[in-house]
Amino acid sequence: MKLTLKVWRQKSKDHKGSFENHQVEADDHMSFLEMMDVLNERLISNKAEPVAFSHDCREGICGTCNMVINGKPHGPSKGTTVCQLHMREFKDGDVIVIEPWRAAAFPVIKDLVVDRSSFDRIIQAGGYISVNTGQAQDANAIPIEKDTAAQAMDAATCIGCGACVAACPNASAMLFTSAKVNHLALLPQGQVESSRRVRAMVKQMDEEGFGACSNTGACEVECPKEISITNIAAMNRMYMGAVIGAQDQV
Amino acid sequence: MWILNFLTSSLGKKLIMSLTGLFLIIFLLVHLIGNLQLLFGDNGEAFNVYAKFMTTNPLIKTTSYGLYFFILLHIVQGIVIWLTNKSAKQSRYAVAPKNTSWASSNMATLGIIITVFLAIHLWQFWFKMKIGAIPPVNIGGEEYTNLYAVVHEAYQNIFFVIFYVVSMVVIGLHLSHGFQSAFQSLGLNHKKYTPLIKGMGIAYSILIPLGFAIIPVWMYMMH
Repeated sequence: MKLTLKVWRQKSKDHKGSFENHQVEADDHMSFLEMMDVLNERLISNKAEPVAFSHDCREGICGTCNMVINGKPHGPSKGTTVCQLHMREFKDGDVIVIEPWRAAAFPVIKDLVVDRSSFDRIIQAGGYISVNTGQAQDANAIPIEKDTAAQAMDAATCIGCGACVAACPNASAMLFTSAKVNHLALLPQGQVESSRRVRAMVKQMDEEGFGACSNTGACEVECPKEISITNIAAMNRMYMGAVIGAQDQV
Repeated sequence: MWILNFLTSSLGKKLIMSLTGLFLIIFLLVHLIGNLQLLFGDNGEAFNVYAKFMTTNPLIKTTSYGLYFFILLHIVQGIVIWLTNKSAKQSRYAVAPKNTSWASSNMATLGIIITVFLAIHLWQFWFKMKIGAIPPVNIGGEEYTNLYAVVHEAYQNIFFVIFYVVSMVVIGLHLSHGFQSAFQSLGLNHKKYTPLIKGMGIAYSILIPLGFAIIPVWMYMMH
C-alpha cells in the first residue's frame, strides 16, 4: 500500500517544528514502527536526516514508542502501543498524520521524541516501597483478597508511556500517578507508606506542570493498558484522607 | 499551612470546584421549584409572596450570601484551573482527538457563557429588586414588591425568551459533564453506584434546564 505521511519534524526543544510530507510503500504485515523504519532507511540512503522516534521492546510492554497518529495516542487500535499497531489498520492511499506527545511537561527533544523524565521524578517522589533488606518472601505468606490483588494488578499494568497525558486536553498526569499510587497502596507491603506516598507524588505531579484533571475520561480511552479512571477517584479519596489525617508534612 | 497547600494543589482546586458545583446544582433545583410559581396564572400573587419570603427570611438571606460566595468561587477557581490547564497543554494537535464528550472538554467556555448569562439575569431582576426600582403591589392588604410584573414584562420580548432558552441549553451542557464530574472529583466512583450517578446527571441536565426554559416560553405565549 502507498501511504502519505505527514510527520512532525523538530530539530530540538528550542526549534520550532513543522510537518514534513513523505510517501511510503508498506505492506499489511508490517508494524507501524517497521513502516517508520522503511521510511528512515530511505532517508538515510538519500543522505537525509532520519525521523527520530523512540522505541525499545517492540512488544507492547516498555511504553517507549510514543506517537500521536491521526489525533490518537498510539494510533487507532484500542489497547495497544504503536509497536503493536499493524499496517493492516490502514488502507492504500491513506494520509497519516504523526505527531509527538504534546504537553508542557513532555518537551520535544527531537521530531517525535519527547522528554518524559517528569514521570521519573513523580516515581522518585514516592512510587516505591522502602524495604531494602531480606529475601523476597513466599508468595502466599500474606493473604490478599483476590479482588484486591486483581485491582492492584490492573493498576500495575501501567507502562508509564504517557498516552494519558498526551490524550488529556489538560495534559494531566492523573491516570499515570493514580495507577502508580494505587497499585502500591492496595497491597500490604505498599500500604504502610501510602499516606506519605500519595502526597509526595501529587506534589511532584503539580510541580512538573501537568494540568488538573477535569474528568473528561480521554485518558482511559487512549491508555494502551486500558487503565480505568476509577483509579483517579481512588487517588482523590486517598489524597484527601492523607492530607487531613497525616501527622507529618510532605 | 497544610490546608492552603491542600486547597491550592490540583486535587484541592478540583475539590473546591466539585463542592461549589454540587451546591449550585442543589440551588438550581430550589430556584426552579420556586420559579414554577410564575406559571400559576394568579397574576403573580404566589410568586410575589414567595419572592418576599426569599428576600426577608434570615435563614435564606444567610444562605444567599453563601450562594453569592460559592458562585464567585466557582467562577474564579474555574478560570484559574482553565488557565493552568491551557499552559500545561501548550500546543494542540493538528488532528483534533475525538476521545472526550464535547461538553467535558469545553467546560470553561460553557462556564464563561453562563457567567455572562448570570450577569444579565441578575441585572435584569435581582439588581432591580435590590435597589428598590420595582413598584409595589397590594396582595391581601399587605405590600409586596411586584417582581412578577418585571418578569412578565421581560418575557413579552421575544429576544429575551430566545436568550433564556439558549442559555438553558448551555447550562444543560455544563451540567451534563459537571454533575457526574463532581462525584468523580470527590473520589466517588464505583461500579455499584456510578451508573446511577451518570444516569441522574443526564436526567438532571435535561429536566432542570427544560423546566427553566418552559417559564419564559409559556409566559410569552400566554401574554
